[in-house]
Amino acid sequence: MPVPSAEELTKRKRVEVGIETVSNQASTDFPGHWPGESHEWDIEHFEKKFDIRFHKYHPHDAEFSLVGIDTSVANAFRRIMLAEIPTLAIETVFINQNTSIVQDEVLAHRLGLIPLQGSKEGLDWMRWYHQPTEDDPGSGSPSDYNCVQLHLDVKCEWQEDGLKRVAQGETDPDRLYTGHNVYARDIVYTPTGKQHDIFDKEPIKPVHPQILIAKLRPKQEITLMMHAVKGVGQDHAKFSPVATASYRLLPTIDITKPIVGADAKKFARCFPRKVIALEEVTAQDVQEHPELKGQEGEAKAVVADPMSDTVSRECLRHAEFKAKVKLGRVRDHFIFRVESTGQRDSDELFLESVRLLKVKCQRIKRGLNEMMR
Amino acid sequence: MSGYQPTNGATGTGTTQAQPVVDERSRAVTYSCGDCDQEVQLKRGEPIRCRNCGHRVLYKQRTNRMVQFEAR
Repeated sequence: MPVPSAEELTKRKRVEVGIETVSNQASTDFPGHWPGESHEWDIEHFEKKFDIRFHKYHPHDAEFSLVGIDTSVANAFRRIMLAEIPTLAIETVFINQNTSIVQDEVLAHRLGLIPLQGSKEGLDWMRWYHQPTEDDPGSGSPSDYNCVQLHLDVKCEWQEDGLKRVAQGETDPDRLYTGHNVYARDIVYTPTGKQHDIFDKEPIKPVHPQILIAKLRPKQEITLMMHAVKGVGQDHAKFSPVATASYRLLPTIDITKPIVGADAKKFARCFPRKVIALEEVTAQDVQEHPELKGQEGEAKAVVADPMSDTVSRECLRHAEFKAKVKLGRVRDHFIFRVESTGQRDSDELFLESVRLLKVKCQRIKRGLNEMMR
Repeated sequence: MSGYQPTNGATGTGTTQAQPVVDERSRAVTYSCGDCDQEVQLKRGEPIRCRNCGHRVLYKQRTNRMVQFEAR
């Protein structure tokens, strides 16, 4: 079997970014395989080449790289994180009184979008809630294992001497009324049945207490009860556990001919800060590139941090750099950015997406075995 | 978004027992004044007028009946 040269191998891994074009972006008909070569699946080979690196880790915001996997797999992880990891969200709202200016439907919709958090074991313990079907209207009764009850009970009143102050021309609501801003922290969780034990230490509550739900004026009130159930993002975006989960390919900047002097400074300004660093031209550089003779000690542009590049292509707009630089992206280096809404941590979400993809694969394997019998 | 009103049990027809007439007459309904925003309790036959400021426009208050909405 022919073995491709190292040059050919790096070329295969690069997506080339030109002034107005992007080339070499398509995979072969059978991704990861080339005619006449053996690219047979081998777990040891994969383990050797595959790599995960963490760049940033906060519970609600994580950035990490997956190196050495196919786009289809990386994209599957992304899509599972967006649409298939179950979370708890408010699904039904029972409004007893709403005299605020926010209409019932709008209020219900706003409540649905509030991210909730609580004991992770408890959320895992909770099961799916099945909506009553048309054939069997009595089915799908909410219970302690599939439904969380929440209450919102607020009323706006005049402050003591508020009426007096308004007559004096006071307009600041904070000095006139009480309870005029309804925040997510006003939502009260009412545990039922087994939930008393399971959500004992970490009760269900909104992730962000400061979310403004509605504004009220004196005598206006909101009295309602809510049912929160488990669901997945493909049903409604409120169930999505991530604000965004996205990936980009690692940008590459190849300086093919040295850029020195004033040009180097101009070149660095074409990129976001710290992507290009300036170093001194050494004697060794002069030896490698004879055209640098006499320029020893001047500034030379070197690539310092290609990951921070936005691939704006600004450098390609200048005639002096056009022939000296090549922009591109690494085809199998995926920089993931996962921003959790707060119910689970960002890294957990990625692991959960891996687990779900595994379950899907096992399911299709079982189905295929069934067919072969 | 679908609104759902539970049927009130008291609206059932066909009852032979006559409703007590006195009760019906004395039942006061609360309105709010269009001018001074005060609560006004009115019984049947009373003039439509705010006791506080004499304004003649009164607003009906929203029912306490439960309405169900999907948070979508």
